[in-house]
Amino acid sequence: MKVTLRVWRQPGPDAAGEMVSYEVEDVTPEMSFLEVLDTLNERLILDGSEPVAFDHDCREGICGACGVVINGQAHGPERTTACQLHMRSFADGDVIDVEPWRAAAFPVVKDLVVDRSAFDRIIGAGGYITAPTGSAPDAHATPVPKPAAETAFEHAECIGCGACVAACPNGSAMLFTAAKVVHLGALPQGAPERESRVLDMIGRMDDEGFGGCTNTGECAVACPKGIPLQAISSLNREFLRAARKSA
Amino acid sequence: MSPTYAQYTEGEPVADAAAPPGDIAERWDRRRFTARLVNPANRRRYKVIVVGTGLAGGAAGATLAEQGYQVVQFCYQDSPRRAHSIAAQGGINAAKNYRNDGDSVHRLFYDTVKGGDFRARESNVRRLAQVSVEIIDQCVAQGVPFAREYGGLLDTRSFGGVQVSRTFYARGQTGQQLLLGAYQALSRQIEAGNVEMHPRTEMLDLVVVDGRARGIVARDLVTGRIETHLADAVVLATGGYGNVFYLSTNAKNSNATAIWRAHRRGAYFANPCFTQIHPTCIPRSGDHQSKLTLMSESLRNDGRIWVPKAHGDGRPPNAIPEDERDYYLERLYPSFGNLVPRDIASRAAKNVCDEGRGVGPGGQGVYLDFADAIRRLGRAAVEERYGNLFEMYERITAEDPYQVPMRIYPAIHYTMGGLWVDYDLQTTVPGLFAIGEANFSDHGANRLGASALMQGLADGYFILPATIGDFLARHRPEEVSPDHPAVAEAVADTEDRLHLLLSVDGDRTPDSFHRELGELLWDECGMARTEPGLRKALERIPALREEFWRRIKVPGTGTELNQSLEKANRIADYLELAELMCLDALHRAESCGGHFREESQTPDGEAARDDEQFSYAAAWEFTATGTAPVLHREDLAFEYVIPTQRSYQ
Repeated sequence: MKVTLRVWRQPGPDAAGEMVSYEVEDVTPEMSFLEVLDTLNERLILDGSEPVAFDHDCREGICGACGVVINGQAHGPERTTACQLHMRSFADGDVIDVEPWRAAAFPVVKDLVVDRSAFDRIIGAGGYITAPTGSAPDAHATPVPKPAAETAFEHAECIGCGACVAACPNGSAMLFTAAKVVHLGALPQGAPERESRVLDMIGRMDDEGFGGCTNTGECAVACPKGIPLQAISSLNREFLRAARKSA
Repeated sequence: MSPTYAQYTEGEPVADAAAPPGDIAERWDRRRFTARLVNPANRRRYKVIVVGTGLAGGAAGATLAEQGYQVVQFCYQDSPRRAHSIAAQGGINAAKNYRNDGDSVHRLFYDTVKGGDFRARESNVRRLAQVSVEIIDQCVAQGVPFAREYGGLLDTRSFGGVQVSRTFYARGQTGQQLLLGAYQALSRQIEAGNVEMHPRTEMLDLVVVDGRARGIVARDLVTGRIETHLADAVVLATGGYGNVFYLSTNAKNSNATAIWRAHRRGAYFANPCFTQIHPTCIPRSGDHQSKLTLMSESLRNDGRIWVPKAHGDGRPPNAIPEDERDYYLERLYPSFGNLVPRDIASRAAKNVCDEGRGVGPGGQGVYLDFADAIRRLGRAAVEERYGNLFEMYERITAEDPYQVPMRIYPAIHYTMGGLWVDYDLQTTVPGLFAIGEANFSDHGANRLGASALMQGLADGYFILPATIGDFLARHRPEEVSPDHPAVAEAVADTEDRLHLLLSVDGDRTPDSFHRELGELLWDECGMARTEPGLRKALERIPALREEFWRRIKVPGTGTELNQSLEKANRIADYLELAELMCLDALHRAESCGGHFREESQTPDGEAARDDEQFSYAAAWEFTATGTAPVLHREDLAFEYVIPTQRSYQ
């Protein structure tokens, strides 16, 4: 296969960017999308040009480092991470646009690399259960009903890639925040900090410049881990409950 | 003729002076009692650097900060949540005996020493087993969503190399869930101002002042700025060195630079040839392959491994009748069957492929078949246990494992070797500690499944925070001047090296060298090793290193985000580490665990250990690049688990 990549090139945070076209030959259907970028970069280095900068690490779809907008969709046409997208999803001769996440709260660092540290600060604001090392009771002291454990797990699967923000027309981080609030709130261990958690995380989310939620639902469609849209209504309910209690 | 690298010299033996004597079951309690304490009010005056934010580093950073120390922490990723512990799938061992199936701390200790083929230190392993119990409590309290039974209690499963069910899990994402627990605890401390977090910052050298580790030189990967950070102690939690092979299950950017630079500054490197090859990875699909993906070993609980009996049988798997299949692990190892330890399962796969009975492209694969499990348990039960793994497999290969057996092949996965540490997890450089996969301590020559998460968290949550306090209590909190010559020297070394990498302007990319080195190591220092092969590698590596420094091409500058420069700098270290691995493999003329020397095998092809000659850990002292290192032996004494030839038949 041969494809044409039109890639967003931006030398630094304050520089202007542009789309640049590159043809890549010898693409096979088994290759991952990032391996096509690898192939392109090998050639660019030998040509004496700067390779395309992009974040990636585990290449197994779990670390959440990679993330680019491919043909207008966060992580591309399949519901997975860019590293787990394979070229069998494309056809010979395709022209593929590759851009960074675009959101006010995720400034571009270089080319396809963005700064997602705002996510870390949302977690720091309350996305945890306070349990200093050594203070824990026996693991079986508090049974957790299986359905609650399953709900917690399904929301804990979030990999923090930022696709939800990139897909949202408002650049909102509601799905990301909701995933953590629902995960911890579903467990008895998370109950004592239930109110402060949701209030502090939402407050931080707003402070970081993420947009508001208008129920577009693009976030849940783009989420490679399938965090359900319903999480956002649970978040809203938690927020109202906590706001009422603290009022 | 000048002496070659293979002609190493031997120095004084190295001994673990930190473990207290006495009954092994009481050693950890005794050590905690003899350890000096830092007055809580004084802890703020001590600064500790932690490099890495995986299970070991994340847990250590959070815990030290909770205790009141000033923590300065680093990771190369854009967020501490992305460390490669996140990719661990199967589970975490703990001697809870919730199943009432005969498990105990002593049994976990026994299994780990035996599984490690009697090349680990008994005191450390016993402590690991003891602490395992507390880890599960800690993680549950943090909100880690472990799998549960309908009664609300924790579920467990069994793993390779053991006969009890002691592995706690969160579907196939146990590492992710444990790491997020540690990350959240760390985030809380960052928010509270107790941890100064530096993401996208990579450690490039260790600062040693008057014989003591006092800081690091690091590069801000976004601006390229070289920074020094000084402290009262330095903790390396930077993971293993499996990426030296280029193709491995490690994350692409996992690297050995921090531990290798520490080694060059005086920390002994132990058992570098003890590398683990995981039996159940997805086979490579072509030359473009950038990394390999593991399928959790837990799949061997219900999957059956087989190849066709006939050589070169090209029929699709479902067309091969039952009596023409060879379930070779069940045939060779009837009592453990598909659950033999990783090294044994990997070598058996290599053997059947070498015989010409391998399947898939290039004959480099064996089947892992779930047809029986689906018949026995139903598709829904299989889906609940392994759903995400099946999905991952299908995404990568475009084959549906519910319909067609998976194809798997061994790949480099974990490194048991690492920086030598004593019972306190302190390296041979005072004030420098190594935890998690970065050290060599607990797994001997082979790690059992679900024990890496256990060790990382044991070191990070419980062991290091106790032992580092003893070190700090013995040293007054005194600042090192940033103008100290040792600091300036480390900075100058780093800057010179980066400058050199950028100025060669040759004609080969960093990856091309990495691939070449990886192939050489896989062939000569991989699943089976021979003296001629290792000697060949020891000749080739210095030549490749020389070529690297002559022909490397790194575009761009050092004062920006430059991923080629990051890569090239890491590969330069792999080109030195690889040589030490091959030397270690050559000198250890026995087979043990993951280290299989073809010259040393039993008549039926199993690894033959030589306890007379090799019952020691090999701790290597750096001399100069390309110059033979000095071997220091740590003799291993087995008082509680008497060495036997491992048998899983």
